[in-house]
Amino acid sequence: MIEGVQIPDSGEIRILEKSWEKDEHFLRKEIGLALQETRFQDRLTVEETLGLFAGFYGLNQQRTREVLEIIQLESKRATWIVHLSGGQRQRLALGIAILPRPRILILDEPTTGLDPNARRDLWKILDDFKSTGTTLILTTHYMEEAEFLCERIVMMDQGKILADGTLGQLLDKFGEGDLIEYVIDGENPAAEANTLSGVLSSCWDAETGQGILTVNSISETLPKFLDLIKSFEVSLTSLECRRRTLDDLFLAMSGRHLDE
Amino acid sequence: MNSTLFRLVISQFKLFFREPGVVFWSFGFPVVMAWILGIAFANKGEVMRNIAIVTENPAAVSALPQWLHKKTGTAAELSGESELEWEVGMNKGERARFRFRAMSEAEAVLSLKRGQISLWVEGSPGTNLSYRFDPDNADARLTYLLLETAFREKKSSELKAEIRPLTMVGIRYVDFLIPGLMAMSIMNACLWGIGWNLIELRIKKLLRRIVATPLRKSIFLFSHGLNRMILSAAEMLLLYVFAYFYFDIRIQGSLLALALVFLSGYCAFAGISILISSRVQNTQSGNGMINIVTMPMFILSGIFFSYHNFPDWLIPYVEVLPLTMLTNSLRGIITEGIGLTQVIQPSLGLFGIGAVCFALGLKFFRWH
Repeated sequence: MIEGVQIPDSGEIRILEKSWEKDEHFLRKEIGLALQETRFQDRLTVEETLGLFAGFYGLNQQRTREVLEIIQLESKRATWIVHLSGGQRQRLALGIAILPRPRILILDEPTTGLDPNARRDLWKILDDFKSTGTTLILTTHYMEEAEFLCERIVMMDQGKILADGTLGQLLDKFGEGDLIEYVIDGENPAAEANTLSGVLSSCWDAETGQGILTVNSISETLPKFLDLIKSFEVSLTSLECRRRTLDDLFLAMSGRHLDE
Repeated sequence: MNSTLFRLVISQFKLFFREPGVVFWSFGFPVVMAWILGIAFANKGEVMRNIAIVTENPAAVSALPQWLHKKTGTAAELSGESELEWEVGMNKGERARFRFRAMSEAEAVLSLKRGQISLWVEGSPGTNLSYRFDPDNADARLTYLLLETAFREKKSSELKAEIRPLTMVGIRYVDFLIPGLMAMSIMNACLWGIGWNLIELRIKKLLRRIVATPLRKSIFLFSHGLNRMILSAAEMLLLYVFAYFYFDIRIQGSLLALALVFLSGYCAFAGISILISSRVQNTQSGNGMINIVTMPMFILSGIFFSYHNFPDWLIPYVEVLPLTMLTNSLRGIITEGIGLTQVIQPSLGLFGIGAVCFALGLKFFRWH
């Protein structure tokens, strides 16, 4: 609905003080859009596709060449779309979105389904594009993506806003400390672990043998925790130390994983 | 030309010519169809008419030559143990050729079902013959009449009269056929080239990204119409050039009238295509919608055979079908030599249909 593709049942969406109902033509020129999956004509080349869309915005070939460079598809300019990889297609979709130099760029899960390299390539392009002054609105299920690209994060679940702020604000507000996740085969050390200095909280699942310690500092607490495990003479089958992520926050706030 | 429209049309041209199958169906198929039908319905000479003689005795055929000679004064030859071929001169110098085969009734019924014969004869020479055939079958009726005439009295094999076949340009079957094929090509080019194409673009979600651009719906739809019109004009030209050289077909009437009729017919079917494709969401519905429009006109509008054989009450309805108006106008210009004034009325009708359908299509059209 924000993209102006679907009509709201009620209410009004105003962007740049304009509404879709009255100023659609204006807004289409000011808003760039990259969808989760964009399909193009298989038998047009990359340059022809960009040129076609440039025509819709009344742009010339010079802009097409500039965008080809930005999305790093110059070597593929004469390649038919059917021969592009998923990542290259998404870069082309992004290229079309930025063609008119939009004031607002809406990215609807732009990296879903891409391999890590292709995702990183796209992030790099978007990170560079942020410096042009365009406002990016990114919808994503990848918290890592939001952490990398977004200055302000709004977490939503089933139409409700759960949290709103910068990454630091969200992490500070909704959860302090880093995490030590472990799996052991033997007696539960959680009660003892709770008494270690620097541990903020702990939890333990007796069925799976999985436990989580929330700590002030991993480097301070981890050696003590390992000593404790040794003294219990239990077998440690898995250990992971990490910073708290937005995924943990979402789980804590909504009770559901992001992909549910 | 508007730059956006120009780029859209050029892109559609590229897509068209990059699909060899589509190019063949658009350009090659109408020519191949004209060639096959033109040849198939051209002068076929004297047709051999197969007739079964129903008897339990296959050797009964052997008595036929003598009987035929006695009765008609002509000679017949046995071409097999139970088969006989007979060529006989008819009134006005026409000739008829028959092939008689002796068989049981069960075999005759089977041959009839398979279309190998259209009539069988019961009885033997010298007795009363009875003919068995479907009276609604025109070919069977003709065979009966020829056979009855041939058997009736003695004739001379000398040809006293002369047949002068009507083969002058403008009255042959192929002259009737080619304008019909041109009209059908325009209809198909629009319904499949525009209608199906738009449906396919929607189904494949290729329109979803376009909707988020400032491109106006009217320009997008117009570009599809314009692109196919140029291609369709090329198809017509190719078909005409083929018909000109292969079948010696000449346009008797006004070229201006021809251009007007082509344009109006094209507008009518382009409008219909845009309307029927405006909301279709899947291939099954799309296929059904296009067929429901094309099939009745394909059958009724006199493309291959005259619609005047239909019941009288139906004719006025048939004549207001867009394909009938287009076919009649094209046929009038190409074979009768009619001019601009005679095609203005049907052309206005076709333009009207196109304008109304385009306006409705534009209103109802959904990008996704």
